[in-house]
Amino acid sequence: QCMTSNISNLGLWESLSACEVCADGNALFHSQVVCWRAVASIAWSVLLLPPTTAVFTFFSKFSFLHPIQTISECISLMTSASAIFSLILVLKDLILSLFSVIPTIACSKIALLAQLLHPRQLVNSLLHCIMGVIVAWCCGVTMGFRYESLGYPCPQSDGLPLMCLNEYQLILLLLGAFVGFSHSLLGVMHNFNYISFHTVQQYKYHRFKGALPLVARCSVTQALYSVRNFVVLYFFLGHVPRAWICQTLNLQLNRSALDSISGLLDFTLLYHLWISATFFLFLWYITLLLFRIFVTEVHSFPVQSSFTDDTPQCLPTVLAEKQPMILKFLALQDLALLSQHSLARRCEVFSLSQPGGHAHNWNAISKECLSLLADLTQRLQAYHDTIATNGRTKSLSSGSERKSSSETSGIFTNNVDLRSLVGEPLTAPFTPDLVSPFASPALRRLATVVDPGSPWYGTVQSPHIMRRGPKLWSTSTGDQSTFLEKLGSYFFKTKTFFFLCVTQVKNFLSKRVLVTYLFNKLPEASSQALFADSQAHIWALEGLSYLVQASFSEDHFGVVQTTLPSILSSMLLLQEAVDRHFKLPHASSKPSRSTSSMEESTYKTLRFALRATLKTAIYRITTTFGDHLKAVQISAEHRKRLQQFLEYKE
Amino acid sequence: MCSLALFPPPLPSGHTTLCESNNQLLSRTDINDRITQDSSPPSLHFPRESLKLHSRTESSSKAAFLDHSETLWMRSAAAWRDGGLTGLLNEITNSHTEVPKWLSVSSGCVLALLRWVSSFHGSLFPHLTLSSEDMIAEFSQVLNWSDCVVRAFSWHPHADKFAVALLDDSIKIYNPKSATTPTLKHRLQRSIAAVQWKPLCASALAVACQNCLLVWHVDPCSLSTRPSSGCAQVLSQPGHSPVTSIAWCPSGSLLVSSSPVDTAMIVWDVAAESGVPLQRVGGGGVTFLSWSPDGSHILASTPSALFRVWETRMWTCERWPCVKGRCQSGCWSPDGSRLLFTVQSETVIYSLTFTDIPGVTTSTSRGPQAAAVVADLSETAFSTPDGDIIVGGEIQSMAWDLRGERLAVLLKGDSNAADRPAIIAVFKTRASPIFELLPCGFVQGEPGAEPRLMQFHPNFRDGALLTVCWSNGKITHVPFYFLSASFPQLSFVGKPSPPRLQDGAADFTNQSLFTELIS
Repeated sequence: QCMTSNISNLGLWESLSACEVCADGNALFHSQVVCWRAVASIAWSVLLLPPTTAVFTFFSKFSFLHPIQTISECISLMTSASAIFSLILVLKDLILSLFSVIPTIACSKIALLAQLLHPRQLVNSLLHCIMGVIVAWCCGVTMGFRYESLGYPCPQSDGLPLMCLNEYQLILLLLGAFVGFSHSLLGVMHNFNYISFHTVQQYKYHRFKGALPLVARCSVTQALYSVRNFVVLYFFLGHVPRAWICQTLNLQLNRSALDSISGLLDFTLLYHLWISATFFLFLWYITLLLFRIFVTEVHSFPVQSSFTDDTPQCLPTVLAEKQPMILKFLALQDLALLSQHSLARRCEVFSLSQPGGHAHNWNAISKECLSLLADLTQRLQAYHDTIATNGRTKSLSSGSERKSSSETSGIFTNNVDLRSLVGEPLTAPFTPDLVSPFASPALRRLATVVDPGSPWYGTVQSPHIMRRGPKLWSTSTGDQSTFLEKLGSYFFKTKTFFFLCVTQVKNFLSKRVLVTYLFNKLPEASSQALFADSQAHIWALEGLSYLVQASFSEDHFGVVQTTLPSILSSMLLLQEAVDRHFKLPHASSKPSRSTSSMEESTYKTLRFALRATLKTAIYRITTTFGDHLKAVQISAEHRKRLQQFLEYKE
Repeated sequence: MCSLALFPPPLPSGHTTLCESNNQLLSRTDINDRITQDSSPPSLHFPRESLKLHSRTESSSKAAFLDHSETLWMRSAAAWRDGGLTGLLNEITNSHTEVPKWLSVSSGCVLALLRWVSSFHGSLFPHLTLSSEDMIAEFSQVLNWSDCVVRAFSWHPHADKFAVALLDDSIKIYNPKSATTPTLKHRLQRSIAAVQWKPLCASALAVACQNCLLVWHVDPCSLSTRPSSGCAQVLSQPGHSPVTSIAWCPSGSLLVSSSPVDTAMIVWDVAAESGVPLQRVGGGGVTFLSWSPDGSHILASTPSALFRVWETRMWTCERWPCVKGRCQSGCWSPDGSRLLFTVQSETVIYSLTFTDIPGVTTSTSRGPQAAAVVADLSETAFSTPDGDIIVGGEIQSMAWDLRGERLAVLLKGDSNAADRPAIIAVFKTRASPIFELLPCGFVQGEPGAEPRLMQFHPNFRDGALLTVCWSNGKITHVPFYFLSASFPQLSFVGKPSPPRLQDGAADFTNQSLFTELIS
């Protein structure tokens, strides 16, 4: 009847919107893989709606005294109510592009605040509020009784029928908006949009079944907290929306107001609010869960294809692509699995191209994996250099050289320095803050060594550095100002004055508690941000090491042998960098585990997983090859390190 | 089918099994015989008296303090904290003078109802009524676990070192190449049921404890003898204790743990400290886990007459109902294609074969339809100079060496009857042309010592090395020297070197025939 048509309409609409979003990825293949998964997950959540509604109806109507009446009422309601409910599937997946496989990690409170106030996030919150109101309205209609409509006719003293405000429904609608809003806020704070991949591969049904109790528990407890917060909020601020609604809809206030202690201590009301909040959250969480399960499902890419049309879908091509990150992750996951489990597909990787006899597959795969590892190594080294110099902009190594040269009065011999000094004399010392519009071009140029797109970019210009900046550079200020006085250029003086002002403002601000609180770096965040996309590196390491292990017996043409030295040396380099990173403060402190939450906290421990995987990967190669590794050409230092692994002393 | 009747008779009292050489188990009579062995690891002795046992009981230290009156609220809160809901109800029911009558009566009724329900549950799964210590003793692979000085033992899969868990809840790590023997102690490390080293790693050691799972990281280069408890990761999940069995994935990435109380076994990603519970209905818990050496399957036995074989790619399982009792022990062949298992209250060894169809990429491997009996270990009487003894009966545990040539079976015996000792029977195994077990002999220790626990060295060059922990606290190593049929390259690298007996062994020297070379 009405219900089924609604569902099908809805499903179609969702799939269309999803595919539109996917088409932005401008790869047809991308839309084929990812889109259908999104559509399937949405379809499943639509299908799960009727049973969820049934459970909700049952609980909302439940009464101890009349069990049979409860059941019969529920059944009669179900037939009529599911039609309404099929309308209201709330899909934050509307904004599919928000989902990402790399978490965004705010390094300080202010960054988190900025994320929350981002226009896109505001729109998202608004959408959630509206959805919450709609769901709450539907809940009210289903529960019937006193939640059915916003107004009711009330007899007046003069006999005229007037419409009065039904505050019970208002409170329910406001709760819907509140829950929607808090859900979207929590989503940002807890990275709900981050999709993590599981190490244990399971069929979708089993994963869903396994996660269902967790989802139920989370929604129940979260609903409890939301209702508590909402009730407190309504107690203090409830009169504002009530007055506004009364004014807008021209309703009268008849009964005693609910925002009093006696009004809010109505247990039936609280129970209904809690049940409704649980219902909203459960719906949202289920959708989220299904989406995560469907998207992270293993996709098997062909290793090679005999038709050129299919080349874009082959593993080496997909691996090398940058843009749809999800696809790259899926390809890496597939690589790690095939290297571990599939003999036939490993053979394809080791095979030679038919005319020519080149090992294209292996070369492409190993090159991509090695570049991933090298990228991480470089990132870690740059970060370490920044930290090691304790706030000085060491990543701009030439910058600090310049500094030292200016201090040792070698300034006049250096053309470059002189020129930059003349150009913008004192900017560099005062603004280690690279994004400042006042940064000298020289500094900015040097800073671009660091890719601004990389996720750790934000960490370099930490407020920590900003605060320390003036103190560290104070000696040089003196030097430079005497130099400027000697020049006697008032032009420079004004500039100096201006920048001194900026410094003073910064100094002043840094002493205020709130500002410090907002700008202080969260201790582990920079470390987490460095390893945010490490799942890719973990798979690359696993894939490479398993392939190398298999090559010992399966690689008939010796294609792996040629790359073995570079694989070993890049792994050892990474090992060195990771070891050095874990010696930094906060890097090896474990985050507290949160078991009962929908929050994906996997990204917090990725660095530990990477460290363990790296070690295991090297051991896998050394155990397989044993003393044969002595014939591999690598540097003496690496050979020493490798010997440690051969003796099981790492 | 092999049976115990084909075995050579057990040694007379006072003889100790030394090693296998030239297809013959050698023994010695006198303990003072000194033997020079090239590569054998050190034997250890932990006398029971040397261990400082804590007399602390499992519950609380309440009995040591004088009773003093608290308000009902305080007592209720304490009861809730200590004993949960049942504790609270118990407290209310007992203090019926202070509470209103309806409250004490109703809580008494609820308590009775709870007890009735739990007794019903307990009658379905009787093991749930055991205390956690008893439960570990019941389901452990160690014979008579609660009375054992050495409670768990594990060889490192690659390096030449091993970990020993003792009765006083400490773990010692022995490495013949280093002088330091680190001792691991932790507040949560109580009632150790199993220890296992992480493969492809030099330092990580997983410990199954009463309330949690610990993963120690012991730096092999460190000179410290007491690593701090900061070196241990604690993995715990509510409702998942006591942990009786653990198994590392042979590729070193995952750890599986099981508890007889929890119907789910948990697959841990140790570095991330996150666990995925794998739950299936039926069985009432998971008691014993064994991961096949090729990493493709896991045996998970339950306290009821049912065990499961998980396939580790997509984590699906096959159910194997048994006829008589629960699956007591099991072991995998090195290539993971064959599973030998024993069932409680039966005296035979069953075999299951798993064949992966090559080239087919489906995740499920087709298993067999029924298990075949490969050996019969029913009670057999042997006459020795000291009188008849009866060997055979139920099986406690099994171990298969990593070349798949020797299978050691620990027979329970009867500790009360002197003529039914617990004994280790060793089989030779042959995979082709058909799989069969051939008798090798019995491994016996000093008089009065009963084998409790055994494990094969994972990479012994000259054959197989069986390490046995005895009831008197000794750990000895019994080497089996043979030429491996499946690893011919190894036999050319190192010629098997039988131990040189200084004296008292002249009668064995005239029997030097390498029959393995011919076969």
